[in-house]
Amino acid sequence: MNASVPHIEVMRSQLGRARGLGAGHSGVSHWWAERVSAASLLPLSTWFVVQMFRLGGADHAEVVKWGGKPVNATMLAALIITTFYHAQVGLQVIVDDYVHGKAHLPTRLLIKIGTSLMGLLGVFAVIKLVVRSGSGK
Amino acid sequence: MQDIRKALYVGSRSDGTLIQRPMSPHLQVYRYRLSMVLSISNRITGVIATAGAALGVFWLGAAAKGPKAFATARKVTGNPLGQLVLVGWLASVVYHTVGGIRHLIWDAGYRYDKEELNKDGPVAVGVTAGVSTVLAVALLAVAGCRRSKRAKAGKVS
Repeated sequence: MNASVPHIEVMRSQLGRARGLGAGHSGVSHWWAERVSAASLLPLSTWFVVQMFRLGGADHAEVVKWGGKPVNATMLAALIITTFYHAQVGLQVIVDDYVHGKAHLPTRLLIKIGTSLMGLLGVFAVIKLVVRSGSGK
Repeated sequence: MQDIRKALYVGSRSDGTLIQRPMSPHLQVYRYRLSMVLSISNRITGVIATAGAALGVFWLGAAAKGPKAFATARKVTGNPLGQLVLVGWLASVVYHTVGGIRHLIWDAGYRYDKEELNKDGPVAVGVTAGVSTVLAVALLAVAGCRRSKRAKAGKVS
């Protein structure tokens, strides 16, 4: 950035900035949610890729044993929740940009419900894996 | 609910009839730049990455359901078409990650000048291609080895 050219640093009022509000009295929180979840996904996804090297071609018993370990289950659940939260926030921006008029609201709700359900399904799958691994099946 | 922006796009012809004015930007009038492809690719790969994550959850669900369901999932992950989908997911995630890191750098106020953007673009493509290829080949090789070892041991699953 060129410091010698005068420019407006922040296009928001000081009060709005202090309260974390954008033009529509939201938006800044949405922006932060997207960035923070993105940054959190960096270590979580790296962990998952490493785990895939351990699991590539594995059979059912090996996957259950892997998923049943507390650390793996925790990381997996954190990865699933963060992934679908980030997806929800990101897809909402895409819908806001490209879907106008009557279709906008239903599409947005569909994104919210769809990503939430996928996240829930993932978390319950992890819980089931832990239970399965504990019972030795 | 009517989009308020639509009201601004109503113009009139010289004979007085109303007309919907075209929206800007007109993509077809711009000269091709790599940065515009990389920009929209970040969104597209984000959508693909989400779809892939959904498939990943189904895979996990199959493992949670039981050996039978997992055997079905393995039929998908084991055949070439399924693996092509997995490699596509992997490449999308890698590009979206590279694009995301660039976005975080821009948000921090760096590498946002025109020259810097144009320099970093090809680097992002190179890194994505390199990392995706290495990971895809290595993962497929590891999975293939484990499978053939098990086949030799005579275990069927």
